[in-house]
Amino acid sequence: MSILRHGAVTGALIGLFWAFVISVTVSVTLSFASGLGFRPGSLGCLILGLCGGLAAIYVRDARLVMGGFILLCVVIMFTPLSPILFQENVPVLWQLMAVISFGLFMIWPLTLMLVEAQPGPLSRHAFEDAVIRFLTGFGYIIFTAVVLIPFYVMVMTSLKSQQALLKNPLDFSIELSRGWDLFRSYIELFGQFNFGSYLWTSFYVSVLTVLITLLFSVPGAYAVARLRFKGRAAFSRSILLIYMVPMIVLALPIYIAFSMTGLRNTIPGLLMIYPVTTIPVALYMLQGYFRGLPGEVEEAGLMDGLSRLQVIWKITLPLSLPAMVSVSLYVFMIAWNEFLLAFMLLDDPSKFTLTRGVAMLNSSEIPRQHLMAGAVIATIPIMALFLGLERFMTKGLTAGSVKG
Amino acid sequence: MTVPTPPTTRGALERREARLAWSLLLPTITIVSLVIILPLLAIFWISFKPVGLADLRPVAPVIRESLRERSGEMVIEYRVRNSSQQKEIAGLSFTDTLHDGVTLGALPEQCSVESGALRCEFGDVPGGFNERIRIPVTLDGDPDTLEEIVEGTEPEGFGSADNILTNTEFTLDNFARIFDGDEFWSVLWATVFYTVFGTIGALVIGLFAALLLNKSFRGKGVLRGLYLFPYVSPIIAVAFTWVTLLDPFSGSLNALLIQMGVVDSPINFFGQRPLALIMVTVFEIWRYFPLSFLFILARMQSIDTDMYEAADMDGASPFQKFWYLSLPMLLGILSVLFLLRFIWTFNKFDDIFLLTGGNAGTRTLTVNVYEQAFAISNIGAGAAVAVVIFATLLLFSFFFFKYISQEEGL
Repeated sequence: MSILRHGAVTGALIGLFWAFVISVTVSVTLSFASGLGFRPGSLGCLILGLCGGLAAIYVRDARLVMGGFILLCVVIMFTPLSPILFQENVPVLWQLMAVISFGLFMIWPLTLMLVEAQPGPLSRHAFEDAVIRFLTGFGYIIFTAVVLIPFYVMVMTSLKSQQALLKNPLDFSIELSRGWDLFRSYIELFGQFNFGSYLWTSFYVSVLTVLITLLFSVPGAYAVARLRFKGRAAFSRSILLIYMVPMIVLALPIYIAFSMTGLRNTIPGLLMIYPVTTIPVALYMLQGYFRGLPGEVEEAGLMDGLSRLQVIWKITLPLSLPAMVSVSLYVFMIAWNEFLLAFMLLDDPSKFTLTRGVAMLNSSEIPRQHLMAGAVIATIPIMALFLGLERFMTKGLTAGSVKG
Repeated sequence: MTVPTPPTTRGALERREARLAWSLLLPTITIVSLVIILPLLAIFWISFKPVGLADLRPVAPVIRESLRERSGEMVIEYRVRNSSQQKEIAGLSFTDTLHDGVTLGALPEQCSVESGALRCEFGDVPGGFNERIRIPVTLDGDPDTLEEIVEGTEPEGFGSADNILTNTEFTLDNFARIFDGDEFWSVLWATVFYTVFGTIGALVIGLFAALLLNKSFRGKGVLRGLYLFPYVSPIIAVAFTWVTLLDPFSGSLNALLIQMGVVDSPINFFGQRPLALIMVTVFEIWRYFPLSFLFILARMQSIDTDMYEAADMDGASPFQKFWYLSLPMLLGILSVLFLLRFIWTFNKFDDIFLLTGGNAGTRTLTVNVYEQAFAISNIGAGAAVAVVIFATLLLFSFFFFKYISQEEGL
């Protein structure tokens, strides 16, 4: 352990690891962006990592280190020692870009990581500081990549043609020359596959679910939060218990009952079930919020001659508007994303919700880019809502995500 | 002088409040019992019944009526059928209204006219029963209009069939089948692996993500929003994206790995044991780490910074601060999250169903419900699996309420 805590060793090791991280990151990014062949060169990473780490420790002039390092990268780029190796077809300009971005993203963060480290033995504080900075940088890269890559692939695949996909699955560059033809999958989905109507069905089913849920859960939540009655504790416990019943257990008897009563394949049937799956969550979230409201305002209302229901309508609800927005968004998200029930209960393509419609595209006869275009169509509205109202959404997620 | 004491009985005001509370709760209680409690009871009932998917179609008489010309004379023809090929219908009969302008001729032996309506009886008929009855008629008026009038009214069929869902035939076969040998152990193993590693993985990764964002810098809001993407987007979209990305033939990840020289031939991520089970667990971690991340970050930001300043004064290193200060403060929320996520991962169905369909050793208990009920068409066995799931959950929630209800927040 103590030998690690020597400036030179720490610097060299962190430099080494960081060189590999950056080399892989640059290769993957450029491969995904251009479809050309980039791959990390282990020998180059080894040498450049050690050099960079030691330079950052021993040469204190950051500008000198950075300039020298990038120059070194460019110099050894045409030798087998290059930190990034290329297939023959990669143009020199791309090669240059790859190597320079490697140099920059390698050495610049490295000097920042090792800012507290000096030559010679390091204090525990300085050592851990360097390690934590390295891990932080690594963390940002890995988390961002892991989250972004699937979404990037989803959007880009939907814009490709079948032949291009089969020819090179890595090539996600956009062929701008195709013009409007880029959106062909989307045009076909809306034109031939009826996605406009699925979008509309999903939308009104979700909105109605939100309204019905609020209608039931607001009075319920108020009663649990404010009124004293026997069995209140038991009731709020059973709400939690009900959320824990998995949908698949309920879906089977619901399927049977709906098959026998003819409610299967109908939107009203779906609307009978969706709100019930969200009412417990909404009730739980709202009662938490109602409890936090000052009771004195309501008591003042009661003194002034309002009835309880008027108090709820005129005082509690306006005060809890932000919570209502959060709950509504959360419920909307659950209903919009709901898959299992829609899948089991709907067979008739004219009544599909969006998730059911996308599930239909998962067949070997329908090309992949259509499936991905369907996925994009399902994701965009919920993302737009999320990004636009992130503050409320995050609150809703935190309060309600006992359910998941 | 009497000492004033608080009332021991419930006053009128208190009773009124309780009454109001129950009336506010009544709609919720009603609908929740209808859609959750009732199906739960039903699933217990069904799990002891030998029910297949085909039994869900109701057994009932099907009667078609037509007015037509047959060898020179007009007849009304009734075609009477049993909708089931196997089940018997007891006391099958039908009635039909008579119309002006249509006079019935000689009636067949099953039929009679009672108080202005035609009634035909067939007694008990076996499965696959199919018979035509012809009654000669004389028409008084335009045949085409009369045809429309006659065929415009639906004959009403009667008869009672034995319904497998409501009779008293019970069996333990369903449970015997699902606990049968190898398959059960493989399902159990998949469930335990998926639940335990999925839960712990999501918690640990969420903790890392929260540590990353627990400082202020430019672009923090953007990153926080970005890290929530996997959880917010529809399951169907992200699951199919993963399938596309990891496809052995046209998947980008395989192409990338081959180009980088990591592997020689494409890997079938979702198609081979035991990789498929690991991959669905990785997917679970990817999709649900945002949730633990959000909770842990919220808790971290509420920790008092004084404590860290004091630790700095005492010369604590960053790791020591994390281990001795942050982690104990987070233990509460971590254990709450662990139990909740454990239950929810256990309940998860959609993810595995969409990724692998339960193949290649990824069939968990929840996927098994679907598999038994719909793929093998044995509703009874599916219900039996559901009962097992429910019983396990009751056990979990016992722990939940025992240990969690004292904990913060939830």
